[in-house]
Amino acid sequence: MSSETQKILTTDGIPLEESLKKAEKKNKIKAFLLVCPLLLFLIITYVFPIGDMLFRSVDDRMVTNMLPKTYKAMEQWDGKELPPEEVFEGFYLDYKKLVEEKTFGKLATQLNYEKNGFKSILKKLKRKMKKFEEGNYKEQIMAVHSRWANVEYWRALKRRAPAYSYSKYLKGVDMYENEDGKIVQVSEDRRIHKILWVRTVEVAFFVTVFCFLMAYPIAHLLATLPMKYSNLLMICVLLPFWTSLLVRTASWMILLQQQGIVNDFFVWIGLVADDNRPEMMYNKVGTYVAMTQILLPFMVLPLYSVMKTISPSLMRAGKSLGGTPFVAFWKVYFPLTIPGIGAGCLLVFILAIGYYITPALVGGASGTLISNHIAFHMKSTLDWSFASAMGLMLLSGVLAIYWVYNKLVGVDNIKLG
Amino acid sequence: MALPKYTEPHYRIWHYFYIFICSCVFFFLIAPLFVIFPLSFNAEEFLVFSEGMKRLDPDAFSLRWYHDMVYGTKNPWGLAAKNSFIIAIFATLGSVLLGTVAALGLSSRHMPYKGIIMATLISPMIVPLIISGVAIFFFMAKVGLAATHTGIVLAHIVLGTPFVVITVTATLSGFDHSVTRAAASLGSDPVNTFMKITLPLILPGVISGGLFAFVTSFDEVVVVLFLAGLDNTTIPIQMWTGLREQLSPTILAVATCLIVLSTLILVTAELLRRRSERIRGINR
Repeated sequence: MSSETQKILTTDGIPLEESLKKAEKKNKIKAFLLVCPLLLFLIITYVFPIGDMLFRSVDDRMVTNMLPKTYKAMEQWDGKELPPEEVFEGFYLDYKKLVEEKTFGKLATQLNYEKNGFKSILKKLKRKMKKFEEGNYKEQIMAVHSRWANVEYWRALKRRAPAYSYSKYLKGVDMYENEDGKIVQVSEDRRIHKILWVRTVEVAFFVTVFCFLMAYPIAHLLATLPMKYSNLLMICVLLPFWTSLLVRTASWMILLQQQGIVNDFFVWIGLVADDNRPEMMYNKVGTYVAMTQILLPFMVLPLYSVMKTISPSLMRAGKSLGGTPFVAFWKVYFPLTIPGIGAGCLLVFILAIGYYITPALVGGASGTLISNHIAFHMKSTLDWSFASAMGLMLLSGVLAIYWVYNKLVGVDNIKLG
Repeated sequence: MALPKYTEPHYRIWHYFYIFICSCVFFFLIAPLFVIFPLSFNAEEFLVFSEGMKRLDPDAFSLRWYHDMVYGTKNPWGLAAKNSFIIAIFATLGSVLLGTVAALGLSSRHMPYKGIIMATLISPMIVPLIISGVAIFFFMAKVGLAATHTGIVLAHIVLGTPFVVITVTATLSGFDHSVTRAAASLGSDPVNTFMKITLPLILPGVISGGLFAFVTSFDEVVVVLFLAGLDNTTIPIQMWTGLREQLSPTILAVATCLIVLSTLILVTAELLRRRSERIRGINR
C-alpha cells in the first residue's frame, strides 16, 4: 500500500489532518476575537496611559524648549566657573521672550524643583529686566541678585538641558547627579524618600505577618467546622470584605481616638491612666491596626479554599502512626497549606504596599506611605513627572511580586468569596 | 467541635485556647462595624458614647443625623448618592458586558497566549490604585474626559472588569461543553446557543461578578479623587472629605446606610454562589 491511501480523508476529500488544523485555527481566532474588545479597551485606557507615565517621568523637554539660546551657548561652557557673556545674553533673550509670552511662571516652577531659590530670583529679574541696557548682560543680571553670581545656580540650569533625563528616578531614591556627572546621595538630613520606601515595605511586611497569624487559625476553624456553623462564621469574614473601605476606616477612627472605646477599655482594665491616654491614631499603630483588619479577608479566603481540600483523614493517619497532634499538624497539615499561605501572603503584600486611603486617614505624618507621597506630588506640588517616576518605581516592585504570584499561584486561581 | 472523650488534659486546654484565639480574631473582624450603628443615633454631636447612651436613656438617641443626611442644607449627599448610583450602574453594565465576553474567550481551550492575556486583564486589580489613578487621569485629561461622568464610568469599567473576568471564568471552569455541542448539533446558531444554553448556566457567576464591579465602583475613592470635578462628587468622595476635615455624626449615618447596603449585596452574592454551585453540581 502506498502512503497516499493511508491518509484519512474527510468527506470533501481534504486530508483530515489539514482540515482539523484549519478548524483549530478558526477556533483560536474565534476565542481571541471574544477577548479582543476588553483587551483593546484596556490597552487604550490603561496600558497605554501607564506607558505615557513612563514617558512623562523622563520627559524634560519643557525647560529645554523654553531656553533654546541659553542651552546653545552653554554647550561651550565647562561648568567650572561662571558662564561667559554669551550664556547670559542667551538667557536674557530667552527669558524676555517667556515674559512676553507670560509663560515664565512655568520655568520658575520647574527650576525651583531643581534648586530652591530660583523662583524669587527669576521674579526679581523679571522686574529689573525692563530697565536693562543692551550689551554686557552678565554684569546686569548678576547685579539683580547675588544668587545670579553663584555658579551653583547656573549648574542647576545646565542640568536641565537634556530633553530626557532620569533625574526624577534618582530623586526618588535620594540621589542626584553632581557637577562632575557622578551619582551621589543627597545629604543625610534630606533623605526623605528612602525613609518612605523602607517604611512602606516595613508596613506591608508586618501587616502581611499579622494577617497571616490571625487568618491561619480562623481559616482552619472555618474549614473544619460543620457546614452550618462555618457558613455563619464565613459571614463575619465576608461582611467586612464587602463593606466600604471608608466605612471601615471611619470605624477605626472612632475606636482609636483618644476618647475612643479602645482607650476607654485600656483605662478600665487599668493599663493606662485616664489622664495619660496614648495616641493610637495618626501614627504607625493606627495604620497597622486598621490595615490588618481591612486586609484580613484577603488572607482568610485563599487559606480557607486550600484547607477545605485537605482531607481530615490525613491528620488522623498522622496521629494513628504515633505522632502527637502537634507533630501531625506540623509534618502533615502545615506543608499542605503552603500554597494557600503563599497565595494569601503575596496578595496581602501586593495590596498593602500600594495602600493609600487608610494611611492617609489614620496614618498621620509618621504613618504615611509611598502612595500618599505620590498623591502629594500630584495634588500639591504638581510635580507630575516626579509623581510618575515614583509611581513607576512602585509599580515595578508590585509587578515583580505579581509575576511571582502568577508563577506560583496563577492569576486564574484568585478566589473571591 | 466536640472533643473526643479520650483527649488528654493539655490538649483540651490547647483546644479551648485555640477557640478563644479564633473568637478574638472574629471579634476583631466584625466588631468595628458595629460601633458605627449606635453612634449614628447619638443625640449629641460628639463621636463618643454619651453618659445617656450608656444608661440606654431614650433621650440620648435620636434620628437627627439621618434627618441631616437627607434634608441638611450644607450636605450634598443627595447629589453624591445620585452620581454614585448612576456611575456605578453604567460601570457595572460596561464591566459585565466586556468581562463576560472576554471570559468566554479565555475559557476556550483554543485561546492563544492565555497566561499573558489573563495577567493583563487582571492587572487593574493588582496595580496600586494610586498608580491607576494617575495614569487614567493623564489619559482622561488628554482626551478631554476629566471631570465628566463618562470619564469616571470608563475608569470604573477598567477597575471592575477583573472581578467579572475572575468570577465568570471560575463559573465556566466547571462548564460542560457537550451541552453547547448538543445545541449546535440540533441546529442552533452560536448566538442562540449562548442566549438559551450558556448564559442561563453561567448567570449566577455573571451576576456575582457584576455585584463585585458595582461595589468596586460604588466604593472607589482614589481614581475619582483625581477625576472628579464639583459636579461629579460621589458618596466616597464626600466621606473622604468629611473624614479628613471633620468627623461628623452625619457621616456615621451614611456609613450605617452603606453597611446595610453591603449586607444586602453580601446576602445576594452568597445566595447566587450557592445556586451556581448547585446548578453546576458541585457539592461542598
